[in-house]
Amino acid sequence: MNLIRLAWRSLINRKFAVILTVITIAFSIGLLVLVEQLRQEVRQGFYRSVSGVDLIVGGRTSPVQLLLYSVFGIGSATNNIDWATFEELEGLPEVAWAVPMALGDSHQGYRVMGTSKAFFDAFKVGNQESLSFVAGRPQEVLFDDLFDVVIGSQVARKLGYSVGDSLVLSHGTGNVSLQSHDALPFQVAAILAPTGTPIDQQLYVSLQAHRAVHVGWESGMQRPGAGLDTDRARAMQASLEPETLTAIFLGLKSRVAVFGLQRRVNEYRVEPLSAIIPGITLQELWKISGLAEQILRVVAVLVVITGLLGMLTVLLTTLNERRREMAILRANGARPYQIATLLIWEAGLMAAGGIGLGVILAYLVQWGAAPWLLDRVGIYMGLEWLAPWQWGVLGIIWVAGLMAAAIPATLAYKRTLADGMQVRS
Amino acid sequence: MSDLLTLNHLRYTWPGSTDPIVLPNFTLAQGERVFLYGPSGSGKSTLLALIGGLVKPDQGEVVFAGQHLESMKGAKRDQFRADHLGIIFQQFNLLPWLDVRSNVALPCHFSKRRAQKAGPLDAAVERLLMGMGLESALWSRRADTLSVGQQQRVAAARALIGEPDLILADEPTSALDMDRRQQFIDLLFEQVKLSGSTLLFVSHEKDLAVRFDRQLSLDEVCL
Repeated sequence: MNLIRLAWRSLINRKFAVILTVITIAFSIGLLVLVEQLRQEVRQGFYRSVSGVDLIVGGRTSPVQLLLYSVFGIGSATNNIDWATFEELEGLPEVAWAVPMALGDSHQGYRVMGTSKAFFDAFKVGNQESLSFVAGRPQEVLFDDLFDVVIGSQVARKLGYSVGDSLVLSHGTGNVSLQSHDALPFQVAAILAPTGTPIDQQLYVSLQAHRAVHVGWESGMQRPGAGLDTDRARAMQASLEPETLTAIFLGLKSRVAVFGLQRRVNEYRVEPLSAIIPGITLQELWKISGLAEQILRVVAVLVVITGLLGMLTVLLTTLNERRREMAILRANGARPYQIATLLIWEAGLMAAGGIGLGVILAYLVQWGAAPWLLDRVGIYMGLEWLAPWQWGVLGIIWVAGLMAAAIPATLAYKRTLADGMQVRS
Repeated sequence: MSDLLTLNHLRYTWPGSTDPIVLPNFTLAQGERVFLYGPSGSGKSTLLALIGGLVKPDQGEVVFAGQHLESMKGAKRDQFRADHLGIIFQQFNLLPWLDVRSNVALPCHFSKRRAQKAGPLDAAVERLLMGMGLESALWSRRADTLSVGQQQRVAAARALIGEPDLILADEPTSALDMDRRQQFIDLLFEQVKLSGSTLLFVSHEKDLAVRFDRQLSLDEVCL
């Protein structure tokens, strides 16, 4: 039996105190790992959602606000954009594609986006992946009927819709809406494949449909008797021109042109506009949230220190009652340094157990929190393996545990030398 | 018979004390079984600490198996003790949370010499446990579930493993009743004979003395 096994047996003998210590360390490590993993995963999720877009254009506002409401459905727009602006931007030689976005309606708390076919053709997420469908009519004929609605995968899953189902839109973006566009029901034409981005949490109708449901709603409320019915709306389809948009997503032929175009949009004379490069705006967002992350990190580190101190306490308090044990070991040939090493090993085993359990705990929480994050912000969180530097940090914590154990180990060493083979009382 | 251990003109003062303890001369021959009569407070622990190499004498020499303990460095003395000495205390000999077998095997993990002499460890442990009259049902039990008498026998088996040159038994029977004392000594003698070790048996129970090769009193040894 070597010293590690001896340490192990000694720990088993004091299993209750040891288990509590290991759990304390595990909680602290779990917190530390979780804070770091969530930070990375959330950032990656946000980045996935905007990685296919070169520029986002909206009414004059702050870049972070524009990014949050256009992509993530957080907050709302203060200014709209004129349809003529969209046409002008779309016609620019450096623009590969332009996707319009008109907001204002919702369905059971999910956002409805008025857009064009270009959205399905051109929009990319994650690693330049195009949108695809799990069910529905062919992509080319979507929106051909005025009352086609395409739904994101989470919407379909949560509300249990399948192709052909009928639904009505609510006016406004709140969870509970008093007014609904009852007269103009939509039919589910297709269901998008999951993307792990907020796209999964939205419904998509054509700009003409978006316009049609708002005929007679110019004041924000329906004027009695002013709305359309489905037949009249279909008859008018060709003449329903969109008037205003909430935002425009642009893809450029060459990314080199991004900064030039951004400046030109920001200096646009006809109406005040803001253009943002999503990646850069995300960096700004992280700067804002960075402080909170730092505070969380500091708290996590303090909790880890508390965990290690707890272990130190357990080792120190048992030192007295183990005095005889050490005399026995010494009488049987253990050198004082070996007795000190035994204590270090005990700490090492406890710390390693705590770290291992903590990592498992962090993964469990992530696994449990993933659906919630998906629901709330539409970010899919994968279970990423820890990065090498994170293992490095855990290694350093383990070594810190060993170093904390140096205190009781030194005490044991000195006592063993003083006590000899017999405990003098 | 050659001498295993010689103490010559030893003088030692415990830290904090002013009275030195003096041991003019003390010898143990190879394979000898010696009874040392020593009531507590008669310099017994000093003698044992000096033999065990736990303390360095102020003066004089300790020659154990041809080696001078008094001039050895601490780590070397520790190694020497682990290799050459088996110890049995009055009580509380065993690690309570360890099973009987592992307790007996313990010295072999701290001394290569004793591990080598013991040969295959499990077999050596079992042979000694059997030799000390402990039935196999007890071998896997935690040490603290055994009776005091059983524990002392396990301690004896442990002291004997790897055939150390000297077995130091410090009042090993004083926690036992009369019948068990005799039985313990019978078994111990048998095993000491098998291993060829020298036995120094310290006790205040004079009635046990007759069974030993030689009888000494601490007050003859210590001044």
